[in-house]
Formats: sequence, structure tokens, C-alpha cells
Amino acid sequence: MSLALIAALPFLGALLPGLMIRAGRNTCASVTFSVTALALIGLLLNAPAVMRGEVITQGWDWLPVIGLNVTFMLDGLGLLFATMILGIGLLIIVYARFYLSKDDPMGNFFTYLLLFQGAMVGIVLSDNILLLLVFWELTSLSSFLLIGFWKHLPEGRQGARMALAVTGLGGLAMIGGMLILGQIAGSYNIHEILQQGDAIRSSEYYLPALILILLGAFTKSAQFPFHFWLPHAMAAPTPVSAYLHSATMVKAGLFLMARLWPVLSGTPEWFWLVAGAGLITMVLGAVIALFKDDLKALLAFSTVSHLGLITLLLGLGTEYAATAAVFHIINHATFKAALFMTAGIVDHEAHTRNIRLLGGLRKLMPVTFTIGTIAALSMAGIPFFNGFLSKEMMLEAAHDTGTWFAVIATIGAIFSVAYSLRFIFHTFLGPVRNDYPHHPHDPGFGMWVSPAILAVLVLVIGIFPAQTVGSFVDVVASAVTGETVHMHLALWHGVTPALIMSGIAVAVGIVLLAFQRGLAPFWDNAPRPEAKSIFDAIVESAARGADELTLALHDGAISRYLGIFTVVVVAYGAWAFWGGSFTPGTRAMLPVGPVELIFFVLIMVASIGVVAVHRMRFVSLIVISICGLVVSMTFVRFSAPDLALTQLTVEVVTVILLLLALNYLPKETPRESSPARRIRDGVIALVAGGGVGALAYAILTRDMSLPTIADYHVANSYIGGGGNNVVNVILVDFRGFDTMGEITVLGIGALVIYALVEVILVGPASRRLMNWVPDMAQARDRHPLMMVVATRVALPISLVVGIYIFLRGHNEPGGGFIAGLVVAIALLMQYMASGFAWTQERQKVAYHGVIATGVLIAVVTGLVSMVLGWNFLTSSSVYVEIWPLDKIHLASAAAFDLGVFLTVVGAVMLALASLSRIGVRAGEGVNLTPMDIDPRANLVAKIEEAR
Amino acid sequence: MEALVAIAIGSMTAAGIYLMLRLRTFPVVLGLSMLTYAVNVFIFTSGRLVAGAPAILGAAEVMTDPLPQALVLTAIVISFGMTALVVILALGSYLNAGTDAIDIEKPGEQPETGN
Repeated sequence: MSLALIAALPFLGALLPGLMIRAGRNTCASVTFSVTALALIGLLLNAPAVMRGEVITQGWDWLPVIGLNVTFMLDGLGLLFATMILGIGLLIIVYARFYLSKDDPMGNFFTYLLLFQGAMVGIVLSDNILLLLVFWELTSLSSFLLIGFWKHLPEGRQGARMALAVTGLGGLAMIGGMLILGQIAGSYNIHEILQQGDAIRSSEYYLPALILILLGAFTKSAQFPFHFWLPHAMAAPTPVSAYLHSATMVKAGLFLMARLWPVLSGTPEWFWLVAGAGLITMVLGAVIALFKDDLKALLAFSTVSHLGLITLLLGLGTEYAATAAVFHIINHATFKAALFMTAGIVDHEAHTRNIRLLGGLRKLMPVTFTIGTIAALSMAGIPFFNGFLSKEMMLEAAHDTGTWFAVIATIGAIFSVAYSLRFIFHTFLGPVRNDYPHHPHDPGFGMWVSPAILAVLVLVIGIFPAQTVGSFVDVVASAVTGETVHMHLALWHGVTPALIMSGIAVAVGIVLLAFQRGLAPFWDNAPRPEAKSIFDAIVESAARGADELTLALHDGAISRYLGIFTVVVVAYGAWAFWGGSFTPGTRAMLPVGPVELIFFVLIMVASIGVVAVHRMRFVSLIVISICGLVVSMTFVRFSAPDLALTQLTVEVVTVILLLLALNYLPKETPRESSPARRIRDGVIALVAGGGVGALAYAILTRDMSLPTIADYHVANSYIGGGGNNVVNVILVDFRGFDTMGEITVLGIGALVIYALVEVILVGPASRRLMNWVPDMAQARDRHPLMMVVATRVALPISLVVGIYIFLRGHNEPGGGFIAGLVVAIALLMQYMASGFAWTQERQKVAYHGVIATGVLIAVVTGLVSMVLGWNFLTSSSVYVEIWPLDKIHLASAAAFDLGVFLTVVGAVMLALASLSRIGVRAGEGVNLTPMDIDPRANLVAKIEEAR
Repeated sequence: MEALVAIAIGSMTAAGIYLMLRLRTFPVVLGLSMLTYAVNVFIFTSGRLVAGAPAILGAAEVMTDPLPQALVLTAIVISFGMTALVVILALGSYLNAGTDAIDIEKPGEQPETGN
């Protein structure tokens, strides 16, 4: 099966559990199981080739410009991790089916689990480090969902947040490290980077890259001093803990260190950073684990300790140690997953995981006891269990490194023995108690089968290591080290220093366990930094700082933001002006005629007037519309007929819109700002206006410094676009893609308006509207006869004009935008004349549909040209003669323009019709006939009379 | 002529900015409209002022620059969409809060979030 498909399967499958949960919990779990099993089978089909020593690479280019490609690689290391992720995933799915209660949303759980699984498989199969980073971040996100699965528990939410913060920050550091690494190696493909070991180690950027990458690996794999998040993640449901902390999430950091081992290891920096962190983590985790009373906390810190052990082995930098690390990764995954599941069973049955409340479960839960004991003895490193073999190798490697390493490693091993045995002794052995929170007994087969399979593996690997996993470990170790490794795995190596250290560890560990209860009070009372409170304090202060900064800058005074914005823009402009040289322009000016002078005076009067009368809102609306009209006249004067038509029609629609809104807004603006403030605003406005005017003057009085790109459009307008109106051809052809975006924005804007009105009509605004009392005199004759008749006659005429403008648009002023506005105005007139309800009743097509049809037509037009083998939105045209009409120009661009037309009609009508709905809510009354009398007018008159 | 156009653009900008800095929603909407006129004319005139030469093939000897016109045409339509959206926002906030003041009195008051 293709590697990309293996990585994609869990993601695709993640869609299923949410659907399948409707068919029951068994179906849901079975589907999840099948998806994972399919991916695992696909993986194992590739296994024979990998075991022969081949490296499988597949993929395709994604963004080759930045070196980001979807390339996958499968070698021994990837095979080991992918097998663990999918194999243990299968066991976890079975276990989770029986562990989760009826109240837990199982569909969500399995969706999150598959997302996480896919991200993990993606990490271990990626050949491109940028792709790997994408999957790496996905594991952080999906594990957040899993750890916080029990949303009702504060510990769950806090633990999930902490895990996300720590691993997310590490991931950010790692992005930097990976980019540096890719720059040094000259490639982002792992199989190429792995060839560049010497160049990377001798680069001056080696140390920064190493530190950044290790930050990512250490946070993910919970290495000191980032180990604190892992125990808090134990608030997750136990299947999650068993999955994340045995085979997957925390192993991702180890995977990365193993993956890059050939190029990063072997330097003193690597040795001290990695081996040092590993050694400290191993001992620290083991010591803390011994004094934890919560079974899952004990296992959490033991996980920290074992991750430290593997990190130590990778840090030592020898082939032997790396092989031991690989072997221990396998062993730890088997016994730790079994242990977590055992702890989950105990919790599930006895309703507590507190060791102090347990003991004597051996007789009540014999099956669980057997499984737990096998796994825990393996964790302790007792012979015949697989943990023993790799722990021996670790001690051997530490012994070879130096005396101090040997001593500290032995201390770690002592505590490891003590906490492992404590798990057995204090939970299962001892007398049966009669005060368990719930009387425990062995769970059903479904719950213990998964840990049982793992326990069998523990034993089989422990007794026959060479026959079972020997050759696999060789293949993986060869992939890690880049050399051919042949390791002789055996139970008995004779009396070696490691065996003696092991013996000491077991003996002292048992003694230590005997004193554990006595030592515990001292441990509990010993002062030490509490990671969670430090973390919380940091988060708290960061949040407070962000709050203060935000409130200082973003204090809710929008007028202040706008003022600052204007001042800054003007200041930049002034800075640019005085920073450069300026010579007056030499372009000849056009003469001023009497009409232009009238336009100019009107604009000046309107500009000053709108400021002067802006408190009287109706009057200011009239004044500002003068500006709009003169602007459209200006467009006519300076050779822009299309703009003039657009501006004119938009002006009409805008004024109607503002009038409708003003009906429900105060009619006057109170005088609020002080004279000083008004003077200040006036100065800002005048300076900014002066600047813009001066800039416009500077532009207008000189010719273009570069030739205009419009020459291309003019030259190709007819040849390429088949139209004489260059502006329209630019809109529907040359820049058709822009236009498509613009009509989409227009449509979205109208839909947002519709949605906002929906919100207004349900909230407190709705109550205000229902108690609305008109604050102005209302015309009793609200649908005058003259207007109704006139608009009725005008409608077909307007529609014909609209069609005419649309059809001629390609060659003469017109087109979809203008035609759309004309038709919209014609329809609006019906609403105005005959009332909203009356017109809406006759309006059979929803405006949303009109918008959607318009955008779709535009998109389909573009796609058709793609299907025909041209670029998106390439147009073609023919001239046809249809009797009795004149020669008609049929261009594919006309279809696109039709899309524009429909979108504009739909958007304008939806916006205004939405506003009218507010009026209906305010009691405007529904008229049944096109002409009627406003019933409210009588009411207002009666109220006046009563006063 | 160019000087008059420049002065007109400047005065529309000044009026627009002054209104934009007012404290109630409706003057701000008017200010944005004024500013839109000014900006559209400004972009349009970046093709320089040419009289009697529309961008239609065969209509005249010379031809004005069609590109700024195409840009401004869509800008006019989009600015209608923007004005409509802002007006509805203004109306909604007035109907919900009972005031059409632009500035928020007490910023930073957010609902308490649990841990």
C-alpha cells in the first residue's frame, strides 16, 4: 500500500466514528478498529522490503519553491514506530470500547484518536522535515483534544492546556531548528539531510539548530526540565494515557532524536545536552514515582524516567547504546501500555487509583493481577521479562561511559525496582480489605484482552529475544545509526558488570521499598519547587500583561483609533515628502469652463455644508447626495461613462438605504464634543485633506513616469476579449478573476447583512422594535396612488433598459454591474411604492439564491474554459445575427457578466429587503392591497388627542 | 482644471475625515461615504484628466487610461456593500444598546471564563 495512503487512512477514517456512533457503540468501535487495521495491514505489506534493508520513498511535489514536498519514507525506524502506533492503537481501541462509559461521547473520542493516530503516523513516515513539522503540530493539537476529553473536569482542561502550551512552544522552537538544519544541508528531505552529517556537525549553526531541535524533542518527550506536563496529562481517560505515554506522543521526541542521530550525534554538545538531560530525567522521574500514591501518577513518573533512560542511551552516541535505545523503545511500549491499562482496570473496578486505599486485589482480580505483575516485573528489570534485557544493555553502556554514569544509572535502577515492586505489592498483595470504594472483581474479556496480549509479548520477547525481535532490532538500529548493526540479543551474557549492577539494584530496591512508608512523610514535607504553580504563575502573568497592553491600546474609543490612524498616515506622507526632492510638474493643464466651475463650487459647498449641517441628519443626507451627483458628472466630463452610470445608480441605492436606516435611528446628532476637540479634529481633517489634495495635484500635473500597462489592454481588447469597451473587457476578461472575487465579497456582504438582521430580530433590539413609536409625523397615505401606478408602468420599461445596458456593455458603456443596479432600482421602486409585504409576496425567488446563482455562473464560466484546455476564465466570442435584432455579440464573457449582474441584483435587494424586515417588526403593518392607509397614523393621532 | 479637481478631492477628504472622527454612528457613516468619493476620484484621476476620449475603441483619436476606471468601477459597487454593512451594524448596535455612540464606555469587561 502506498505510504501516503497509510498516513491518510486514519485522517479519512476520522470522519466515520462520528457518523457510526448512531449505529451503536460496537459499530463505532468496529469501524475505528477496521480503519486502523487496514492501515496496519498496508504497512506490513511493505515490511518484507524494509526487512531486506530497502528504504521505500514515495511522494510528489507540493510547494517545491520552498522545499515543502509531500514525500514519505519507510525504513526500519519508521516501520518500528508505525507498527507500534497502529498495533498498540488497535489494542487501545478495543480497550477504550469497554472502558468508556455510556455517558462519554464515544464518536468524538474515536475521531480524536484517529486524528492523533494519523498525525503520529505522518511524523514517522515523513521524508520531508517541513511535512514532518506539519504532522508534529497536528499531534500537539489532537493530543490536546484527547487529554481534555473529559471537558467537565477542571484537571482535564488544565492538563490539556499545559500539554499544548509546553509541546506547542517546543514545536515552535523546533520549526526554527529544522529550518536551520535544512539550510545547512541544502535540502529539506530527510534522506538527503542524513548524507550531510559532517557538513552539519562542522557548521557554525550546528549548535543553535541542535538546541532548537532538542527543545522540540525534549518538550514532547517530557525531558527535564520540561517533564512536568506529562503527569498532569494523566487527567485524560486511561486509554488516552496508555496510548499517548507508551507508544506514541512522548515517543515522538525520541523518534526525532533517533531519526537525526546520524547527523546530530557524536559531538560533545550532543553528549552533554542529551545524555545529561536523559540521566537527570531518569533518576528524578524514578525517585518521584516511588512516592506517588496515585497509580497513574506513579506510572506517569515512571514513564518520565524511562524516557530519560532512552534519551540517555541516544545521547551516549555509540552504536551499542543506540541499539539498546531501539530495543528499550519496543520493550517500554509493551509493558507500559499494559501497565496503564491495568491501572485503568483497577480504577474502573475499585473506583479508586489511590494505592493507600488498595491492596489485596490478588485474590479478587487474579487475571488483572497476573497481567499487572508480568508488566511491572518487566519494568523493574527482572530476568525473563523483556525490560530486563534492555536495562542490562543500558547499564552496560553507562558502565562503559564512566564510573559516575554507572553509579547514577544504578541509583536510577534502584528506584525503578522499588516503584515497580510497589505497584505490585501495595496494589495486589497483602490482605484483602473490606473498605474499597467499590467491591472489585476482574472485568470482562474485552477489557483485559489488550493488556494480556501485551503481557504475552513481554514474556515471549523476554525469554526468546533473538528469535522474536532480534533481526528487527538489527534493521531498526541500522536505520538509526546508518551502519550495519548486528546485535546478539540474549538472556545470559555471563557475569558482567551490568549483571552485578542489576543485582545491586534489585536488592537495594527491595530494601528501599520496605522503608517507603517510613520515608514518605519526609518526602511529602520536603520543600521543592512545584512545577504547576510556576507554570500557572507564568501563564497568569502573561495573560495579565496581554490584558493590560490590549486595554491600554484598545480602549474602545474608536474615534481615537481613527484619529491616530489618520495622523500616522499623514505623518508618514509628510516624512516621505520632505525626505525626497520635489519639483513642480510641467504637464499642461486643461482649461476651466463654466460647467466645470459650477461643479467645483457645488462640491465645495457640499463638502463644507455636510460638515456644517451634519447634526441634522436628513439635511446632511441631501447635501452629501449632491457630492455623489457631482462626482458622477465629473466622471462624464472626463471620459468615464461607465463610472458615471455606476456612480449614479449606486448613489440612488445608497440614499434609499440610508433613509431606511435613518427611520429607526435618532434624527439628530447631539453636540457632545468640546470646542477644543472639534478644533483638534478640524485641524487633523484639514491637514489630511490638504495633503491628499496636494498629492492629487502633484500627480495630475506630471505625466506618468513609466508607460502605462493599459496599452496592452487597449491593444488586445478586441482581438483577445472581443469587445470595444475596454473598461468592461478589463472587468470581465483581463481582470475577470479579480471581478469574481469582488462579486463574491459583495455577495458575502449581503449575506452578512441578512444574518445581522436575523440577530437583531431576536435580541433585546427586537423588544425595542416591537414597542416602537414613530418619532416623526407619518404620512397616512403611505402608498400614494400616483407612485404606485407610475412604478407599475416603469417596471417593464426599466427591465428593458437593464437588459439593453447589459447587452451593449461589451462594446459601449454598460455591462453587468450597471445593468444589475438599474434592475435593482426598478425592483426597489416597487417596494417603496407598494410596501414591503405586498411586494415580497410577489417575489418568488429568494435573493440568496440569486446571489449564489450569479457567483456560480461566474465560476462555471471560468471552469468551462479550463475544461477546454485554456486558463481559468479565458473568454471566446462569436457574433451572431438573430432576426429581428441587430447583430449580437455572444461572448463567454457575457456569461460571466450575467453572473456579475445576478450577484449585484441579489446583493442589493437582499441588503435592502433585510432592512425592510426591521420595519415590519417595528409594526409597519402588512398591506394587502397595493394602496392603503397606515393604521398607525390614526393611533398616533389618538394618542396626541388624549394628551 | 487640475488644480480645481485636486482642491475638490482635498476638501471631500477633509470633510470625510472630520465626520469620521465624530462620536455618533450616522456622521461616521456619512464621513466614510465622503471619503469613498474622494478616494474613488483620486484613483480615477491617477489616469490623468482626459476630456472627450472614453475608453471605447473607435470612439475617438486618443483614449483615456481604462485601467483606473475598471478599478474604480468595482470599488464603487464594493463601497456600496461596505456602506450597507456599516449601516446595519450601526442600526443593530443602536437598537440593542439604546445608544448610537461610537466609543465603548467601559472596555475590557468580558464575561468570566472558568478554568
